[in-house]
Amino acid sequence: MNPRIGAVMRKELREYRRNKLVVGTMATLPAMFFVLPLISLLALGPGTSEPTMKGAAGAALLWLLIMPLLLPPIVAGYAVVGERDQGTLEPVLTTPVRREELVLGKALAVLIPTVGVAYALYAIFLVVVRLRAVHEAWRLVSGPGQLIALAVFAPLLAAFSIWVGLAISTRSSDVRVAQQLSAFAVLPLVGLVALFTFRVVSPTVRVAVFGALLLVVLDVGAWRIVSRLFDRERLLTRYGRT
Amino acid sequence: MDQAIRAEGLTKRFGPRTAVENVTFDVPAGEVFGFLGPNGAGKTTTVRVLSTLIRPTSGTAEVAGVPVAEETGEELRRRIAVMTETPGLYLRLTVRDNLEYFAGLYGIPRRNLDGRIDASLEAVGLGGRHDERAGALSKGLRQRVGLARALLSEPQVLFLDEPTSGLDPVASREVRELIDGLRDRGVTVFLTTHRLEEAERLCDRIAILNTTLRIVGSPEELRRRLFSSALEVRTSAPLADPAAVFDGVGRWESLGDSSYRVQVPEPESAAPLVARAVVAAGAGLVRLAEAKHSLEDVYLELVGEDVEAAR
Repeated sequence: MNPRIGAVMRKELREYRRNKLVVGTMATLPAMFFVLPLISLLALGPGTSEPTMKGAAGAALLWLLIMPLLLPPIVAGYAVVGERDQGTLEPVLTTPVRREELVLGKALAVLIPTVGVAYALYAIFLVVVRLRAVHEAWRLVSGPGQLIALAVFAPLLAAFSIWVGLAISTRSSDVRVAQQLSAFAVLPLVGLVALFTFRVVSPTVRVAVFGALLLVVLDVGAWRIVSRLFDRERLLTRYGRT
Repeated sequence: MDQAIRAEGLTKRFGPRTAVENVTFDVPAGEVFGFLGPNGAGKTTTVRVLSTLIRPTSGTAEVAGVPVAEETGEELRRRIAVMTETPGLYLRLTVRDNLEYFAGLYGIPRRNLDGRIDASLEAVGLGGRHDERAGALSKGLRQRVGLARALLSEPQVLFLDEPTSGLDPVASREVRELIDGLRDRGVTVFLTTHRLEEAERLCDRIAILNTTLRIVGSPEELRRRLFSSALEVRTSAPLADPAAVFDGVGRWESLGDSSYRVQVPEPESAAPLVARAVVAAGAGLVRLAEAKHSLEDVYLELVGEDVEAAR
């Protein structure tokens, strides 16, 4: 890895580890959203109708997939405007780091814990369902399609959510506003994920491959756009290009 | 590289407001150069332009042999370091974490990292304090860590923006001693400040800015250019007819309390004449000395009227 990207990422991760708000959010928010769908899945008996079973499994999987969308805005929204607020941004801008490197380092520092939490949560979910839920529920949540969907889409969705958060953070003057706007901005994507999870739109292999490729293109494009938004002059003075 | 910094007709406007206009100056390599001016004079803007953080509206500049331009920004920033007015440390991280981050941004190889961090902290008198949390340090110590961070990359040109702002007298003196140490190491220092005594003590040359550049030179040159030389005379009692005593020597004025200032072209040769004239007038001579103008006099002469007008 480029050493400057690595330096940014390591610093961000160190800061997050020492920030109780970030650690607390990363630990509690996914659990809060996840516990109820999991309980409703565990409560289903052997005689439950298939539509009810699919609905409960879909709800649980939905939370697993949208969690990587909902977690990043809280951290990514802070990433730029927070640094500007605490006076640490200008010294960083005086170094030779390129803006593409800086934003990528910040994005990776949010992506790694987010995807880590998503995968860990899915693993816990599978263990609990295997041990405590009816077999039909296990079959609905542990198929190869679900595994691949989570493995591929969790990082791609999280990355997009991070870029949205970073873009808003570069243009905001207040940390909380940036976090709230970022969370609001990813809601349409949450709706899209829900359409697939509840099979309103059929999640075929072709649709999944197309969706994944589209997200890759969107993520790379968003990286470029956020890098352009990250204009040194504008960040320091509100004047500048873009 | 003879000149560490060259600025030619540098202008920066923010919308309708002109922050800096048509500023031209050179800073030779190894010099400690003071940039003085009141609040809002354009000092920080000039530093930001020279360090490629913001684009000049017009004019050209070169720093550490690299033209100031967007496409050369990365190369230029590799050769300089900027210590901003507030050190901007990550307060949750340790001193080492802070320095390690910036070492990474400057691309310092990991095998050299420990040596560089140790040397920078030693240079600012903070050796052995690597593991303290930045947030637990006093303001003065944070400022020192900021300076250590600026020294990490061994810059050719170091920009210090109000480095003693908000520090108590002891901490200010420590920072001044550190800047003196940088001169000995051959680093070109561009120091913005509005502490005149600090500039006078530290700087080889000084520029006074108030949107436009008012004057550049050594403190001594500035005094000579703005004020004619004079003698200050104090007698044991007010002179009955001071005109009769001083008219033959030069233009004079009464300062009150039996004190007079006499403008003379050469104080050394004029002093005996003044002494003889005072004694001949029957007055007792209490004090006779060359009048000294402080940098504050120079500053107020150039900037004071603008500040008054702005109020």
